[in-house]
Amino acid sequence: MNIADVVSAACLLAGCTLSLIAAIGLVRFPDLFSRMHAGTKPQVLGLLLVLVGVGLRLRDWTDIGMLLAVAMFQLLTAPVAAHMIGRAAYQGGAVRQDTLLVDELTSALEADDPGQSGRT
Amino acid sequence: MIAVIWVCAAMLSVAAFLVLTRMATGPTMLNRVVAMDVLIAIVVAGLGLEAALNRHATTLPILVVLSLVGFVGSVSVARFAAHDDKGENT
Repeated sequence: MNIADVVSAACLLAGCTLSLIAAIGLVRFPDLFSRMHAGTKPQVLGLLLVLVGVGLRLRDWTDIGMLLAVAMFQLLTAPVAAHMIGRAAYQGGAVRQDTLLVDELTSALEADDPGQSGRT
Repeated sequence: MIAVIWVCAAMLSVAAFLVLTRMATGPTMLNRVVAMDVLIAIVVAGLGLEAALNRHATTLPILVVLSLVGFVGSVSVARFAAHDDKGENT
């Protein structure tokens, strides 16, 4: 067991811990946006840590290339999916106004077309 | 190494169970989509864990496919199937 294995084990452990923490947050948080906040932790940092751990354990350039592809796809697609979900939630009225500290979208939409109630 | 992998697998199992609980309780379709994204990340982490334990690369293409298919699934649900949520506010 050399140093790369130790670092790999640490990365795997950190990534799995993040997944567990995010799952707890997903169960306990009150509304959709805070659940999305919890859910992005294993999607980006947790997954990257696990992939680094796997790459340090496999130590083969072909496999590391494939792991890089996974990381790249995840980093490209996770923000797009989160944006679509947040937009659909806002348009569907699934936003709890009492848990929002700042709501710039409603004022921006109202300024954009006055007379409408905002959620268009 | 094996002990660490087992601890990780236990944590991932508990995490997957909690995420499945959220997916079952909802309350809206979008909550289930968020839970599904997290579940896909957990499945990818689990497959990577198994690859790291046995030092093989047979499951790595599955990771690529999973990260792409999960994206298509959540985007299509958010775009086309979330409109029956109107009126629910959590």
